[in-house]
Amino acid sequence: MRFYINYDVNIACRVILQEQLELLNIKYKLLPLGGFEISNTVSKESLETLKANLSRYAINVIDDQKNHLFQQIKETIVEIVFEKEKYPNTNISYYLSDKFNLSYGHLASIFSEYTYTTIENFIIIQKIEKVKKLIIEEKLNMTEISYELNYSSVAHLSSQFKKVTGLTPSMFKRIIEKRRQLTNN
Amino acid sequence: MTTIQTPLQVFLADDDEDDRTFFSEAIEDIKMKNKLKLFNDGRDLMDYLFNADAILPHILFLDLNMPYKNGLDCLKEIRANDRFKDVSIAIYSTSSSDEDIENTFIEGANIYIKKPNDFSELKKVIKGVFNMNWQFHLSGLNKETFFFSI
Repeated sequence: MRFYINYDVNIACRVILQEQLELLNIKYKLLPLGGFEISNTVSKESLETLKANLSRYAINVIDDQKNHLFQQIKETIVEIVFEKEKYPNTNISYYLSDKFNLSYGHLASIFSEYTYTTIENFIIIQKIEKVKKLIIEEKLNMTEISYELNYSSVAHLSSQFKKVTGLTPSMFKRIIEKRRQLTNN
Repeated sequence: MTTIQTPLQVFLADDDEDDRTFFSEAIEDIKMKNKLKLFNDGRDLMDYLFNADAILPHILFLDLNMPYKNGLDCLKEIRANDRFKDVSIAIYSTSSSDEDIENTFIEGANIYIKKPNDFSELKKVIKGVFNMNWQFHLSGLNKETFFFSI
C-alpha cells in the first residue's frame, strides 16, 4: 500500500530538537526564530553528542568562534548599559576593543553580520530599553532618568526615544498605564 | 547559547488586492530570510490561526479596516489568547492621530504603521519594521514594552 505525506519542516525541526535535548537530559528553552538556549554548564561531551545526533537529520548547530564572540559582545553591552554602577564613565568602544583584544572595526563587522545593524545602534536600543524600564518602575522622574543614562537633557532623551520607538516618553507612559488598567479589570 | 537561522514567517491580512501586491514586492528586498503568507480579510486570518496545525507567524501585519472582522477585533482576539504571545503584531492604518496610535498599542499591538503614500516610502517603512523587529528578537528585549511607531 502506498501512502503520501505532507510535512512542515519548521515543526519537524522543532520536535527533533526537543526530542534530542530531552534524550540527553538537557534543560532547554526553544528560541522563537529557531534555535535553542541551554545552560553554560552543560558538559562538552553532551553538547558534542547533541550536535552529532542532530546532524543525522541534517540539522547543523552553529557553534563557532564568531557566534560565541557575537553573543559575548551583545551580553557585555547589555551589562554595561543595565549595570552602569559596575562600569562608571566607560567608553564602550574602548572597553569592548580592550576586553576582546580585537580592533573595534573587527568587532563591529562581526556584530553587523548577525544583527544587520551597528554596535552604536544596538547600544542606543539598549539604553532606550533601560529608559522604558525606569519609566515603568516610577522611582525616578524624567530628569533623573536622563541623568542616569548620560543624556545631556530630557529633550535629548525624548528625541532619541522618539527616534527609536516613534513615540514620546509621555505617550509610552500613558500606554503602559492604560494597559495596566485594562488588565486589572 | 547556540542559534540557528530560520526564515521569518510573515503574515499580512489586508482586503485591498493592490496593497497586498505592493507589500509582497516591498518585502522582497529585505535582508532577513522571510516567508510571506497573505490573507484577504480578518475572518480568513482568524480561521487559519485557530487551526491547531497552523504555523504561527513571527510577525503579523494587520490592516485596520477590513470587512467581516476588522484589524482591531483580530488584535483583541489574538492578544486574549496565550498561544500567540510570541507573535509581533503590526497594525496598518491610514490614521495618524495620536489617540488611534495609543489605542492600538493599548490593545496589544507592537508596531503601528501609518500607510505610506508611495511604493518607495513603503519599502523604507517595511525595512524599518523588519529591522526593529529583528533587533527585538535578537536582543531579548521585553515583549511587554516593545512598541514601534512609524
